[in-house]
Amino acid sequence: MSEDTSRRVGAALVVGGGIGGMQAALDLAESGVKVYLVERGPAIGGRMAQLDKTFPTNDCSTCTISPRLVECGRHPNIEIMVNAEVTALSGSPGDFTATILRKPTYVNQDLCNGCTACIEACVYKRAISEFNEGLSRRTAVHILYPQAVPLKAVIDPTTCLWLKNGKCVKTCMKACGMNAIDFDQQPVTVDVEVGAVVLAPGFNVYNAKLSEEFGYGRYANVLTAIEFERLLSASGPTRGHIARPSDQQEPKRIAFFQCVGSRDQNHKYCSSVCCMYATKEAMLAKEHVPGVDCQIFFMDVRAFGKGYDAFFERAKRQGVKFTRCRISSLKEVPATKELLVAYQDEDGELKKETFDLVILSVGMEPPKGAAELAKITGIELNTYGFCQTSPLNPVETTRPGVFVCGTFAEPKDISESVTQASGAAAAALQTIGSGRGTLVEEKVYPRELAVEGEEPRIGVFVCHCGNNIAGVVNVPNVVEYAKGLPGVVHAENIIYACAADSLKALPDKIKEHGLNRVVIASCTPRTHEPLFQDTLREAGLNPYLFEMANIRDQCSWVHSKEPEKATDKSRALVKMAVWRASTLEPIHETPLDLNHQALVIGGGVSGMTTALSLADQGFKVFLVEQEKQLGGNLLHLSSTIQGVDPQAHVEFLVKRVESSALIEVATGMKVAKVEGFVGAFKTTLVAVDSPIQRLIEHGVTIVATGAQEYRGGEYLLGQHPNVITQGDLEARLSENGSGVAGARSVVMVQCVGPWGEKEFYCSRICCGVAVKNALRLKRLNPSTRVHVLYKEMRTYGFKEELYTKAREEGVIFVRYEDANPPVVQATETGLRVEVAEPILGERLELDPDLVVLSEALVPRMDSGALAQILKVPQSREGFFLEAHIKLRPVDFSSEGVFLCGAAHYPKFAGECVVQASAAAGRAATVLTKQALTVGGVVAEVTPPKCTACLTCVRVCPFKVPIINAEGVAEINPAECRGCGICASECPAKAIEILHYKDRQIVAKTDAMLSRV
Amino acid sequence: MSPNDTFEPEIIGFACHHCAFAAADLAGSMRLSYPTNVKIVRLPCTGRLDIVHVLKALEAGADGVFVAG
Repeated sequence: MSEDTSRRVGAALVVGGGIGGMQAALDLAESGVKVYLVERGPAIGGRMAQLDKTFPTNDCSTCTISPRLVECGRHPNIEIMVNAEVTALSGSPGDFTATILRKPTYVNQDLCNGCTACIEACVYKRAISEFNEGLSRRTAVHILYPQAVPLKAVIDPTTCLWLKNGKCVKTCMKACGMNAIDFDQQPVTVDVEVGAVVLAPGFNVYNAKLSEEFGYGRYANVLTAIEFERLLSASGPTRGHIARPSDQQEPKRIAFFQCVGSRDQNHKYCSSVCCMYATKEAMLAKEHVPGVDCQIFFMDVRAFGKGYDAFFERAKRQGVKFTRCRISSLKEVPATKELLVAYQDEDGELKKETFDLVILSVGMEPPKGAAELAKITGIELNTYGFCQTSPLNPVETTRPGVFVCGTFAEPKDISESVTQASGAAAAALQTIGSGRGTLVEEKVYPRELAVEGEEPRIGVFVCHCGNNIAGVVNVPNVVEYAKGLPGVVHAENIIYACAADSLKALPDKIKEHGLNRVVIASCTPRTHEPLFQDTLREAGLNPYLFEMANIRDQCSWVHSKEPEKATDKSRALVKMAVWRASTLEPIHETPLDLNHQALVIGGGVSGMTTALSLADQGFKVFLVEQEKQLGGNLLHLSSTIQGVDPQAHVEFLVKRVESSALIEVATGMKVAKVEGFVGAFKTTLVAVDSPIQRLIEHGVTIVATGAQEYRGGEYLLGQHPNVITQGDLEARLSENGSGVAGARSVVMVQCVGPWGEKEFYCSRICCGVAVKNALRLKRLNPSTRVHVLYKEMRTYGFKEELYTKAREEGVIFVRYEDANPPVVQATETGLRVEVAEPILGERLELDPDLVVLSEALVPRMDSGALAQILKVPQSREGFFLEAHIKLRPVDFSSEGVFLCGAAHYPKFAGECVVQASAAAGRAATVLTKQALTVGGVVAEVTPPKCTACLTCVRVCPFKVPIINAEGVAEINPAECRGCGICASECPAKAIEILHYKDRQIVAKTDAMLSRV
Repeated sequence: MSPNDTFEPEIIGFACHHCAFAAADLAGSMRLSYPTNVKIVRLPCTGRLDIVHVLKALEAGADGVFVAG
């Protein structure tokens, strides 16, 4: 880092609004940085928004991403620029100037409220829907997808009849009640000052037409996986109904071809996600079309992530067939449009089968315009055209102050993209340093009016939403009806409740009519409630004295053919909202002091990286390590997969940690007890070999305790001197190879682990490590014979290149089946390895000098005890379990506790560094805050009613309730998530959820059903 | 009770804010249609649903209750 006197602009530029860019933007914004989020398309959301489900949980993609979209859209520190591109970047770390070209959308983004009236009116309805991958049509003026953020219409100039040739009467303009359509818009160039840049432009889907042998584009029933994803989606072109494009019939047989545009001559890397997404799509197809036959043709199943192998096994149990082969040919049967697939199976037999649908598992390519982006931002690309990153810190590009995340750095899945995004955000925060907080302003609200004890005075505002509601629902009738409801002192109709002038007028109306409750009958609270609540605060009303009636999305839009009944339902929905509004109470959120120090548990590469990142951001860190020395597993590594010297890196990290004024290291100590909660933890450390204790107060905790190499007795390990582990080999190779000098023949056995007693999981790094060490052996002595006995070769991402290289240099890879594992025996002269080779169908006999076992990385023995102390969960394998596998990969579900490194799952050193930075980035979002805001929709206990039955303690998924010294349940509002499970389960009714008290819920059902 | 041919049941749906309520909104965005006598009550999470809420709704005259989350 340069000296502190240089300028540090408290803003950041994030390029790309996919899930990676969104995460980086949110982390930066939460940490007090002003963010410019620049997106090339008309809305943020990226590829994830297009997905139907996500592996390995098959969670709904939209359900998971939507809250993030909304959060990004309404974050006061994030400015989203759509239809925009970066055109120049000058300056230095901490002080860049970025030039952004904002292309016209022809819709005034400030005025448009996303009501879709223009879309209904647009006469050109034949434009290709990019979002549905060309499988449906859209209008020239459009909103990218229903949940889009910003929810604003844009006009596509390539298809708009007026913009193309002036041949339209501008129907959209006439339909728009907001006068938002603006055909005179011109491109605008803006300069923004930023301290750091995060690049997240994503990837480009391989153009399957280039693989001519598969007939994509010629054969109607050959689709790409992303197209199939849209077919599976309930909001897709067929509403989730799977049909053959040729005749709209349900398919009976579906084939998936793997590695289309990956692992070939033009793409010498693995796209890392296709095995898993194809498995997912096959499972979903079976759910959608019962009895459908799904067959996946693959080379290796690369299920290398957390829970992925179990997912793969689940798919097999559900009847998804996996066939290991390359396809010989694919032909369309002209009469039936069926697809005739010829392939050679593993026994060498040529087979032919017909399918109704063939899905091509297309790979990832560098994003379109990557070369130009690289030129503009001054970064370098690698040989594949992806971003060149630093081997031991893959969030760094070749230009200081410019960071990268997501698939632009290397093909990867959503959770790894999110992790890298948080890591990039942390790196940007390190660069921005003291600039943080200088460009964001906190909004000041007037003093809140006290309404306690007052009779409800409810104001009802019924929105027309242009024609969206008023075109179906008789709005004046609903208004008249509302006037007669109990507690209502004012009711009126409003053309657009969310328009700027309406929002401006609302505080005056509140004052004029002395309102102490507000009901707005309009669209969905999911998008608009925060906006209206904020307006209430501006008027001095508590934001919880507000209720919405969703008479658009859940009424006029779904009952457009029954206007009278829709009006009746609107009346009922307004009545329900009014009855509930009468029961609402103000809720006060209180600030709570926050300790701004962090505790990092584990002094390996992950722990040290986290500690340094936080210290660079200005936070004090306690780093506790059980061993006498910092360094962890990396101390035993002699080369990383990228060929970097790990010892030099450890030395560098240790030196920086030890010289940092903000990091206090406690070696030879471990965590004995933890009390408190986010912002106010109290942790007792105890020395490993003495009774010395220390109490540490801290605001966040980061778990970075690593993992260990399994050393079971399989394959004569520990019984024969020439049977060693990859870990042992690392040590021998570090001594310039002298330790392996006599080894003329080496056999490596992959996937060695405690699989007799535990369910198999992929240890992720072993294939890469074996290939790396095989190459090192070959380099020391090219005549050394190296056999690698493997089940699936999982050299994902750019590691595929090493696998190719190893084969080129004569390393022999022999696959073995689970049912037929290799046998290692001691002979009089040495060792004998036998393995059944499935392709030749013969038993290979090898007499190696050295057998190297790729032992699984397993959770540390003491991780169970630590999990108990920290009250955090573990996965089935015994690794620590994150809050959400996709979107919260480094957070625990308990607030203020984070995880990183091999404690989460086995991973390479570079991946540990990324995750460690990510944990620091996430922790910073907590530590940056001056105080924690506590309260809102949380549980409240009425002590006299509590019988200390422990039900709440048992049912809380976040382990928040405790029985306190007075013998009653206590629920800390700082930790409570307000899910309400405790309130619903409490037999004594001693717990209520604020804003969702029983009577506040029942008020709605009573209102709906009462005849009054 | 009305005769069977004109019987219009009153259905209450309790929906989680994050998923099922969002799905109901999506039905609107997609302009799907369903009978008007379904009305949805939003909960912060279906964990907040108490058996009492269902019973009270039935007691007040609901003909059917569904929970989605």
